Amino acid sequence: MGEMVAIGRRNFLKITAAAGGGLLVGFYLPERASASEPASSDPAAFVPNAWIRVGTDDVVTLMVASSEMGQGVMTAIPMLAADEMDADWSRVRIETAPAARAYFNPLIGQQLTGGSTAVRAFWMPVRQAGAAARAVLLDAAAETWQVPAAECRTENGAVIHPPSGRRLGYGALARRAATLPVPKTVFLKEPSEFRLIGTPVPRVDTHAKVTGKAVFGQDVQLRGMLTALVLRCPVFGGKLAGFEAAAALAVPGVRRVFAIDSGVAVVADGFWPAKVGRDALRVRWEEGALAGLSSALIEQRFQAAARRPGAVARSVGNAGAAEARSARKLDAIYQVPYLAHACMEPMNCTADVRPDGCDIWVPTQAQTGAQQTAVRITGLAEERVRIHTTFLGGGFGRRSEQDFVAEAVQISKAVGAPVKLQWTREDDMRHDFYRPATYNRLSAGIGAHGALQSWRHHIVGPSIFARVFPKSVKNGIDPTSVEGAANLPYAVPNIHVSYVLDDPGVPVGFWRSVGSSQNTFVTECFLDEIAHATGKDPYQLRRSLLKKHPRHLAVLELAASKAGWGSPPPPGRHRGIAVAGSFGSYVAEVAEVSISERGRLRVHRVVCAVDCGMVVNPDTVVAQMESAIVFGLSAALADEITIKDGRVQQSNFDNYPVLRMDNMPEIEVHIVHSAESPGGIGEPGTPPIAPAVANAVFAATGRPVRRLPIRVG
Amino acid sequence: MMRIYVNGTPHSVEVDPSTPLLWVLRETIGLTGTKYGCGIAACGACTVHVDGQPLRSCITPISSVSGKHITTIEGLSADGSHPVQRAWIAEEVPQCGFCQSGQIMTAVALLEKNPRPSDADIDDAMSGIICRCGTYQRIRRAIRRAVRNMAKEA
Repeated sequence: MGEMVAIGRRNFLKITAAAGGGLLVGFYLPERASASEPASSDPAAFVPNAWIRVGTDDVVTLMVASSEMGQGVMTAIPMLAADEMDADWSRVRIETAPAARAYFNPLIGQQLTGGSTAVRAFWMPVRQAGAAARAVLLDAAAETWQVPAAECRTENGAVIHPPSGRRLGYGALARRAATLPVPKTVFLKEPSEFRLIGTPVPRVDTHAKVTGKAVFGQDVQLRGMLTALVLRCPVFGGKLAGFEAAAALAVPGVRRVFAIDSGVAVVADGFWPAKVGRDALRVRWEEGALAGLSSALIEQRFQAAARRPGAVARSVGNAGAAEARSARKLDAIYQVPYLAHACMEPMNCTADVRPDGCDIWVPTQAQTGAQQTAVRITGLAEERVRIHTTFLGGGFGRRSEQDFVAEAVQISKAVGAPVKLQWTREDDMRHDFYRPATYNRLSAGIGAHGALQSWRHHIVGPSIFARVFPKSVKNGIDPTSVEGAANLPYAVPNIHVSYVLDDPGVPVGFWRSVGSSQNTFVTECFLDEIAHATGKDPYQLRRSLLKKHPRHLAVLELAASKAGWGSPPPPGRHRGIAVAGSFGSYVAEVAEVSISERGRLRVHRVVCAVDCGMVVNPDTVVAQMESAIVFGLSAALADEITIKDGRVQQSNFDNYPVLRMDNMPEIEVHIVHSAESPGGIGEPGTPPIAPAVANAVFAATGRPVRRLPIRVG
Repeated sequence: MMRIYVNGTPHSVEVDPSTPLLWVLRETIGLTGTKYGCGIAACGACTVHVDGQPLRSCITPISSVSGKHITTIEGLSADGSHPVQRAWIAEEVPQCGFCQSGQIMTAVALLEKNPRPSDADIDDAMSGIICRCGTYQRIRRAIRRAVRNMAKEA
């Protein structure tokens, strides 16, 4: 057995008996970085929600506290516990956890799936819980047989005693194991001992998802349930001035029409009458201060804000002075647009508010937030609000928000019946929390012999944390606004990264890979401009500047070698490369593109190399790289939210075109073998793809791409 | 009162004739495997077969399919054993899974019409169905695998 780990008192590992004689193993982790509620270190606050349940029938039930939105977490987290406890994977049942303190993500301080943290947060505690379960089951067998525990071992859901050939399944041992004390230390496996971790265990949700049986939020059906649509002000920040409900109420099937905080709710027997009723509503809005807002005005505003010095996110040496005395100077302005998440499943939430309690079925990334939202609206005690997390039809950060939960709870409370709130695609696209648009001024000083002497990056844009975690905006810096910029890995003697928080009023939120989604495009493209200006190969320039960052360097070299960098690309094709570290992982991508005579850009091939530390499920890592690349490609090639008259101009997939199969490149993913602790995988594949493609376009045309989406010619 | 046949079972439905088939399937009949994604026939998540042809149920008024035979994802097989579903499982296609009913129904319709599709045929038939998780490469592989499955079993 491998590493011995002391179970700290602060981990609150707990072993108890389950009804019917089973074994429960639970733990509660005090928050490290409390983002919302103050941390409770009072052991009395311990909630004995189990993570592991061993039934007398040999079934091992493993909890997943993270939301399954495609990233494979429902398979990965149980693999951790099952491996350490030597469970029989074919007898493992997986349950989605309710909202409870016991299921808080220790890296975030609440129950929230985001920041590519699930495996990073639960890697140790879930393995420890599994190891503790294994230890007490083994002890229970040793006691039963009256043999030294050291003579016993565990294997595939059973304890065996090789000297006597005896064997007992975990189910038969559960009752006795539940009476044993929590072990003071547990042994975690060495990686060489893993049976599940590191292997391509098939996803546990695949069968349900190919037979139509998987229940998404949209699919929740309750007895007596009504369906609600809400008409919201098309202008951000606008308010309801008045409405005429008669025409809506005249639609057969429409039950109630009334105002809620976000607009006017139309409650009906089903989606279609609610939709027809909403279309018939007549509403007056006070459009408010943003009624004149447009994309052009936002750009002008950012240009003006860029003249302010901004807060310093990173300063090395003296970039201003170095630039002034450098032989050559390069300047560029880079801009990126607002982006919608466009999850395949439009936002929805089903709430059943009763005087004595409230149940909420919701595809959410944020169970704690959903529970607190309902507590605030209903006045019910926290334990009276039960959150049932369904499958999520995409999340990408959008489902960490609470707007749709608040609407559903308000409406159900008002009508006194279970209500499914359903957003249309148009609602979803026009009332999102968008990826921030930003404006970036870059400059570089080049020495007489072509060496990069200074790097300056000045960012202007709105802040996500200013709304979500205002206390985390310190000295004018929202860490998410400068991630991917302030942590520039390149060895440049003088670096200055600064940020001007300027918010035009369009709501912004977390979008797959957050700040790195735009900053990596900016920094990696500007680096190619420097390579071009100094006559260097973009790959070789990166290599020379990454000597102190071996993990960046390794993925860069692997991607370049697999892509054939250095050998001529196929006729008519051009390559671009980019690398980034984000969410604890390192990814390099090489894109191969062509541009037709008529100016049509096509991405043919993407080679990706990833170092995400120790791998839990290699097939999931590959799938997440493919997914993150496609997500980033949509943004690189096509996506843009524009504003006119204070309104989002896009409404649906006809005018917000996302990548379809006809533009799908061949993607190949190579995983770097690593013994480092796990990094994230949901997001890190996204940042490098836009600059890899943009750099390939630069190579093809000789003109740098400084704005997304990429427009050729 | 209209009569439709869903996965072989007759249903009499009494709804506004303009109601899209999607909502009759999901809410009146209770088959929620067919999804609402866009409402304008742009994403394909609502694809079902009507008399064997793939069709966007989100814009199809129920009145236009009266008397017709409709197949949904639930009607492909009771247990995921249709060769296309098996190929999807073998290639581990789904991520979030929301679009996959539409993807599978479209692929089944393609292979029924064209049992040996070229790569271009596959891209052509499948480009109507959006997947935001980007499972397109695995869908291509799964369709090629389904072709092999079906050829073996024919």
